Amino acid sequence: MKARILFLVSILVVGGLLWSGLQAVHPFGEPNAAPMDDYFIANAQSEAAANNVVTSIVFDYRGFDTLGEGAVLFTAVISVAALFRKRGQH
Amino acid sequence: MNPLSVVARTVCNLFAWFLAVFGIYVIVHGHLTPGGGFQGGAVVATFMAFLLVAHGGRKMQSWVRKELFTLMECIGLTVFISAGLLGMSNTFFFNFLAKAGGLFGSTVPLGPNPGALNTSGTIALMNLSVGLEVVGGLSMILLYMFSGVHPEEPFGREETGHDR
Amino acid sequence: MTGNFPYLVVGILFVMGFIGIVFEKNLMKIAIAVSVVEAATNLFIITLGYRSGGSIPVWTMAGSGSSRMVLPTPQALTLTAIVIGLATTALMLSFAMSIYRHYGSLDVRDVRRLRG
Repeated sequence: MKARILFLVSILVVGGLLWSGLQAVHPFGEPNAAPMDDYFIANAQSEAAANNVVTSIVFDYRGFDTLGEGAVLFTAVISVAALFRKRGQH
Repeated sequence: MNPLSVVARTVCNLFAWFLAVFGIYVIVHGHLTPGGGFQGGAVVATFMAFLLVAHGGRKMQSWVRKELFTLMECIGLTVFISAGLLGMSNTFFFNFLAKAGGLFGSTVPLGPNPGALNTSGTIALMNLSVGLEVVGGLSMILLYMFSGVHPEEPFGREETGHDR
Repeated sequence: MTGNFPYLVVGILFVMGFIGIVFEKNLMKIAIAVSVVEAATNLFIITLGYRSGGSIPVWTMAGSGSSRMVLPTPQALTLTAIVIGLATTALMLSFAMSIYRHYGSLDVRDVRRLRG
């Protein structure tokens, strides 16, 4: 019972904060001015020579993010392998 | 886990190859069409998921070697980091192959175009390497999770399907 | 109001996942709830980057009137988030399997006791 009241209070606080933040969000379909995205769309073909703008961002403009992503995937694989290793194996 | 019936096994054997071919298409055309290394790698890893669900874990453990997938993942990550480091004379992850004329080095006409495969420099190379890495990693995760399902069973026990 | 319907869907998904995380007792259901919250977050990021009437940010075989494109950066970030969510989901399920093997139960009230 106590936990339920605590949960109600917490969800009211969190929901109020999220709702107050939602007042500043632009309506659906009309984003604010995005000069970075316009630059990517206009220059991805001439700079990165790639037709797919999303791939040129993932692997060229923001390649460092993708390096971290690969590291996360590698860590997950290593963790699963360490969890399920056989008892006799090293 | 036990293998499925003979109908399910036949269908999975057939459609796993179609999924592998489609995933390789998504990886290779990552710089032209929607998709890329991660998505295509996940689709190719469905090949291993199909075979594992259809044939059971122990039979697949005897058919494939985990070292193969470890090797694929390590090769993928190494090629990815090397392609980032080779452009180090300019910046990290500099696209040094684009518009250079060699491998993946053609220029792209501006605006909507049909798309040529020999473009986009290191992006295509990184697509291939990341696809290799994701295929290896997800297949390893699936193999390890299937090997951990029944760990206490005696090893020599035969897996039986519904048709036997 | 109907124009902002995707935000409503995001809110419903987020609240459902949050309630699932807090109130569910089964570890598998908690993992599913975490995935639902993840899907809500991805949908929110994609929704923020949508331009009405825009096409996908790919120039291959694009139509002539497709100069108006959807913002590409949220899509790239969502791609990263999806792969990381996949890795965390695999890790969560592996831990759930390991816990079931150790305790013989997936109920969080049984898992609470310490056992060597």
